[in-house]
Amino acid sequence: MVNPVHPPLQADVPEIALIPTVTCPGCGLLCDDVVIARNDNKLTVRNTDCPKSIAFFEQASALDEVFPRIEGQPAELASAIRKAAEILRHAQQPLIGGLATDVHGMRATLELAEATGATLDHMNSPAVIRNVFAVQNSGWHTCTLTEVRNRADLVLIIGGDITGRFPRFFERIIWNRESMFDQDPASRDILYIGGPDIDTAAGTSPKGIKPTFIPCAIQKLPEVIGALLALVKSKQLPSDMVAGIPLADLQHLATRLASAKYSVIAWAAADLDFPHAELTVHQLAELIGHLNHTTRCSGLPLGGSEGDITANQVSSWISGFPIRNSYKRGYPEYDPYRFSVDHQLNTGEADVLVWISTLDSKRMPPQTTAPTIVIGHPEMQLVNVPKVFIPVGIPGVDHTGIMFRSDSVVALPLRKLRESSLPTLKQVLDGIRAELEK
Amino acid sequence: MLIKLSGGTVYDPAHSIDGKVMDIYIRNGRIVERPSDDEPISLEYDLSGKVVMAGAIDMHTHIGGGKVNIARMMLPEDHRSDPEAHSEFCRAGCGHAVPSTLTTGYRYAEMGYTAGFEPAMLPVNARQTHLEMADTPIIDKGGYAMLGSDDFLLRMLTAKKDQNAINDYVAWTLHATQAIGIKVVNPGGISAFKFNQRFLDLDENNPYYHVTPRDILKVLSRAVYELGIPKPLHVHGNNLGVPGNVETTLKTMGAAEGYPLHLTHIQFHSYGTEGDRKFSSGAAAIAEALNKHKNISADVGQIMFGQTVTCSGDNMSQHRNAGHSHPRKAVVMDIECDAGCGVVPFKYKDQNFVNALQWAIGLEIFLLSEDPWRMFLTTDHPNGAPFTSYPHLIRLLMDKSFRDDAFGRLNLDAQAMSTLNSITREYSLYEIAIMTRAGAAKLLGLHDRGHLGIGAAADITVYTENTDREKMFSTPDYVFKDGELVVRNGKIVKVTWGSTHTVKPEFDRGIEKDLKKYFDTYHTMNMEHFKVSADEISDGGQGRVVVQECKGRREKTA
Repeated sequence: MVNPVHPPLQADVPEIALIPTVTCPGCGLLCDDVVIARNDNKLTVRNTDCPKSIAFFEQASALDEVFPRIEGQPAELASAIRKAAEILRHAQQPLIGGLATDVHGMRATLELAEATGATLDHMNSPAVIRNVFAVQNSGWHTCTLTEVRNRADLVLIIGGDITGRFPRFFERIIWNRESMFDQDPASRDILYIGGPDIDTAAGTSPKGIKPTFIPCAIQKLPEVIGALLALVKSKQLPSDMVAGIPLADLQHLATRLASAKYSVIAWAAADLDFPHAELTVHQLAELIGHLNHTTRCSGLPLGGSEGDITANQVSSWISGFPIRNSYKRGYPEYDPYRFSVDHQLNTGEADVLVWISTLDSKRMPPQTTAPTIVIGHPEMQLVNVPKVFIPVGIPGVDHTGIMFRSDSVVALPLRKLRESSLPTLKQVLDGIRAELEK
Repeated sequence: MLIKLSGGTVYDPAHSIDGKVMDIYIRNGRIVERPSDDEPISLEYDLSGKVVMAGAIDMHTHIGGGKVNIARMMLPEDHRSDPEAHSEFCRAGCGHAVPSTLTTGYRYAEMGYTAGFEPAMLPVNARQTHLEMADTPIIDKGGYAMLGSDDFLLRMLTAKKDQNAINDYVAWTLHATQAIGIKVVNPGGISAFKFNQRFLDLDENNPYYHVTPRDILKVLSRAVYELGIPKPLHVHGNNLGVPGNVETTLKTMGAAEGYPLHLTHIQFHSYGTEGDRKFSSGAAAIAEALNKHKNISADVGQIMFGQTVTCSGDNMSQHRNAGHSHPRKAVVMDIECDAGCGVVPFKYKDQNFVNALQWAIGLEIFLLSEDPWRMFLTTDHPNGAPFTSYPHLIRLLMDKSFRDDAFGRLNLDAQAMSTLNSITREYSLYEIAIMTRAGAAKLLGLHDRGHLGIGAAADITVYTENTDREKMFSTPDYVFKDGELVVRNGKIVKVTWGSTHTVKPEFDRGIEKDLKKYFDTYHTMNMEHFKVSADEISDGGQGRVVVQECKGRREKTA
């Protein structure tokens, strides 16, 4: 018999350690090649200058000074859990917002939501929902990161620069040295539509070839993508300019898309920050669908940061619906408008807010007069003192976990990197639930 | 604790028991010998007049993983109509075409099913599949890892690696994904689609690798056999849904060259091109070939009329089918140089010629196939219909007049193209027990499931005899899972968590050297992170990995 295939993932961490192949939840790419040096519970990123990675691993250090707080005063964990349960027990309609956590935290969140009849919304929903609407209304052709890395001969980026949100995108996915199908990645055609003031330097190939950049105000994207779709469908347009862009430029782009063997159209939904951006995602889906009549083209909707894809995945399998759902009637309901944090708080429909944010200390709860329970990152500096604050472990730092990557396909294991006295989100939420059942 | 099930009429085909009145004793979750007379019985159930079978096993049901969850996400309109509220024993969820994981487990159990196997687990998506199955209560589960369009295997074939190396890779995949079997979907076709090929027949080359589906079937079926994996290679053939694909399917049976092969949802692969509309039933030819080829087994993938959604790894076919979607939407994905998927909602209509004939073709295959040990009852959930339609399907098989009535309501042109109402066969309870219990367990290599012999796990379903078989199979009186009463009168009374069945054949770990290089060069994840550990499955106390026996690796082949 062979040895077991699965060595344990970093069981006990020695005092000073170099830890290789760490998964980084700093953004939705979940790069899993990060080397972390750990010295007396302080973590340093060793092998990349990715600002998201550094911000994620190097922000948490002063664990000794972190306590649960009730009305701003330090409290025992058990008291804070009791207090949170008491607030929830008296709530008519709790709202659980934020939802920045891993799979295990999200499972526990759904269980608490069911027990309390709560409504659920993720902090990134305004962006994520643009893509979810497109899936629900038209569907799409998409692919995953390794397909892009090996297959894309043309990459069209819509909206932003990608690297601001996903710093290692080009390094990991586009300018790889080798690809699987005899293609030289350095010859990839890179094009941007968006900005207009974005830094496209990362799109310059290792050979020095600059990308094609069609500057376009974000709010003009619906017009421009609409025109591009028409041109790809060989329609005549009664103008030679669209939103200040010469039609000939768009025609040239349409021709390049049609002649590419495997083009990829990438966007971060967060960059498409204008009303009804879901219709632009829908247009992109139609554009991609049309190109697939004759050649191959895939969309690459980039997301997954702060666990937004993770929350949607877990919610979909446990409740049957993606996020912006509610257990208020005892069974899951889905309403992407009514169940938003903003709507719930502004209309007073929700009378208690539970804010969950375990990944990024800077993602604060929204301003509200509703009593608030914050369960989150130990480094959170809360401006408005909530009724209860319970600091919990950071997934992938203080405890193991699982998160979904941007492409919704790959789920990666997160490691425990240091000893921590912080409870996990699951422990806290299960504790609140147990308290409520008493 | 000793439980006695007294005087039930037992159908246990694994022991050739066909409707015999017997007592069954359960201790510690297992069926045990009749105890000595002085041993006290803790609990007795009077089952006189009741029908007793092992818990049913669905050997092909899409219950977890990426494509299933995409279907959930894209169909809120379908789920809204079937909410499942929080109750004394059950958590909330929703049902119909693709139920939430919790509701999936409850509803299977309420139908007397105690196991379900996810047949299209993409290796790179295995972690998600297991996460979803871990949140599926009561039933046991397992997954078939999908190979055949993954670039690592195709590169091995192009490089003419020997069978032993392929066997090592197949075994490594089973370990890494915690799978119980291997599936191939549109062999080579998912990869070919990524190179812009739209059809791929059995002897056609993948445009990049110059490897044919026949080559892939040959090495994979042989690998499964040589590794001693009980479950034959699970094959979703080329040309799904294409009129005339009956020829491909018949050739595929031959491509196995005698190695065991399971042709899944064969209904979708049994279409001829006769008639005015160039679409006809190939069921007779398929059934005849199945009767002849003893190395081939199949499940039907019966369609039922109504709204559902098709979730498949076959992105090539699903891209083709997207135009038939209802409601009009489809998701098609190319995935990680590993596989693909396509999710297309469908509404099958009895007045639609093609749908009506598909329905008849499925039933013809069921009724013309002679050996229920090699034929399995599936709707390819949810692709042909949601699994909750099984009791209706059982009645169609067991009740000719019921079937004829349904046939009489079909599109008339479809009726004219089918021989269904001339078939008099009615399945017996014994045959149903073979298809849904004993045969499925035997096929999968689940030695202690699917039967009621001494030592078997006490997964037991008790029905009230009823000539309305749909009613009978919809609401069992009792369902025991590992000896615990989980369902009474068709409703959950206790929630337990089943096991995940796997196989772990021996192999040469030297293959990891090549794999590591491949991952490091081309992939976006580390090879170690690709692997799903048994601990991940048992994490949280809701799961447990059971390793089923492989009969040991046969001698290395020259």
